[in-house]
Amino acid sequence: MNRPFAVRVSEVSHSYGSHQALDNVGFEVAPREIFGLLGPNGGGKTTLFRILATLLPIQHGTVEIDGHDARSDVAGLRSRIGVVFQSPSLDIKLTVRENMLHHGHLYGLYGSTLSTAVAAGLSRVGLTDRSGDMVETLSGGLKRRVEVAKGLLSEPSVLILDEPSTGLDPGARRDLWAYLAALREESGTTILVTTHLMEEAEHCDRLGILDRGRIVSSGTAETLRSKIGGDILTIRAESADTLCTALNERFGQRANVVNGTVRLESPDARHLIRQIYEAFPEQVDTISLGRPTLEDVFIHETGHQFWNE
Amino acid sequence: MKTSPLLSSLLAVYTLTNREVVRFLRQRNRVFGALAQPVLFWLIFGQGLSGARFHSVSVGYSEYFFPGIVVLVVLFTAIFATISIIDDRNTGFLQSVLVAPVPTVAIVMGKVAGTMVLAVGQGVLVCALAALGGFEIGLGGLAASLPVLVLLSIALAGVGLMIAWPMDSTQGFHAIMMAFLMPMWLLSGAFFPPGGTPSWLGWIIALNPLTYGVALLRYSLYAAGSPATAGLPPLSFCFVATIAFAAATLGGSVFVARNRAGGRHP
Repeated sequence: MNRPFAVRVSEVSHSYGSHQALDNVGFEVAPREIFGLLGPNGGGKTTLFRILATLLPIQHGTVEIDGHDARSDVAGLRSRIGVVFQSPSLDIKLTVRENMLHHGHLYGLYGSTLSTAVAAGLSRVGLTDRSGDMVETLSGGLKRRVEVAKGLLSEPSVLILDEPSTGLDPGARRDLWAYLAALREESGTTILVTTHLMEEAEHCDRLGILDRGRIVSSGTAETLRSKIGGDILTIRAESADTLCTALNERFGQRANVVNGTVRLESPDARHLIRQIYEAFPEQVDTISLGRPTLEDVFIHETGHQFWNE
Repeated sequence: MKTSPLLSSLLAVYTLTNREVVRFLRQRNRVFGALAQPVLFWLIFGQGLSGARFHSVSVGYSEYFFPGIVVLVVLFTAIFATISIIDDRNTGFLQSVLVAPVPTVAIVMGKVAGTMVLAVGQGVLVCALAALGGFEIGLGGLAASLPVLVLLSIALAGVGLMIAWPMDSTQGFHAIMMAFLMPMWLLSGAFFPPGGTPSWLGWIIALNPLTYGVALLRYSLYAAGSPATAGLPPLSFCFVATIAFAAATLGGSVFVARNRAGGRHP
């Protein structure tokens, strides 16, 4: 059946006691899409991941994956998702193949069907020759590959990954993303990742920016960046606050101070540099000009920096 | 491929049991912890207290203590097997088990069945070692003790699961082990007979469900009418009480697991 969306989250809220971890979160992911939930640690990503993975009960709102409602049909939903955890869910005292077999049994696979699926899955991640090795002898990158192969063993329609690049070196990260892209092409799997890494977010077709339990913005990386009309000036100054006020008064700008530096979005940033230098020669230490990054989008939407919490 | 719900539950129980056993055999220190320590206790206390005489006991202390040691092996096995749940849920294998399309009851059964296989296996092994203490358990006794060990291991695995499942740290489990599980064993007639103790202690022993499991094991190891089983609660009562103990903890652990299937504050 062709649905317009593979994942639909609407009005999901979650709190731990008095702490509101998610506040009215909603988004949709189309089939075959790679969707990223980008946000700082503590922004609610992990809670959302745990809800999507059915590890946390839904307190408010609805979650639907591949046509299965998380509340009324959790078993059906579970059979359609593959979950890759941030902390390894492999048993390190078992071999790669044993881990895969256990996983297959838990998803109702057995016998020759399972053996074939395990062999195919391991070959796809290039681990056929390591299948008899204890997981504890594998590097972090290889372990993650086994995790992914394991998550895909039951041929889920949606693969959910929590911070998949954590603990991987740049080469292994590249491999992982190449693999996920190929997977989407070949199997049509919908992929949903949570991440706090801007560079990882660039691999996604669409992003939802999650901050303080809310989706503050969503769209393709390009759309998000274009929301900032122009370039970004970052100004270092002895007294950032004073300079910021003066700038706003003098040039009618909407500069603000983020983490001790003055930050200014402007379509006319190049010309502004000179004007600022001329107007405040004493106060300004350095000015840098940059194209907007996803981090700038984050600051634009939230008014605070990604890392300063 | 569509698998029926029953078959998929059975597959889950099988695979979790299998994993428990394979893991155990690959970790030598666990074999040592669960088996060697109780045997060492038996040799030390059995020999050290060999001069002790309890008026209600007709056999030597070493022999009296022996069934208690077998129960301790079962208890330790259950503790080691269930304590792993705590770390496993948030950073390990259990994470992916909890999101798999299998009912919670199958996960609990898998853990219990795995513990049972390990505990019964080790219990039988220790019984075979009885000769070290100067007495032998015949094949009949060994065979009769099997179902008792099965019941005891289900009961104690259930106790361990009920404690471990809601917990966030293994330290908490250790505290409960020392404050609750060890006294439960000490006050079950495993270490000393209930006769001759102050009445308040006698009450605790009588109310302790493990008391009847230990007694049932004594019955199973000796021929009917043996003086070694004199003074124990009636056999039929021990049998019913132990079945009830196992059923209650099994039901309790399914209940606890269902009520906290997932996680906590990340």
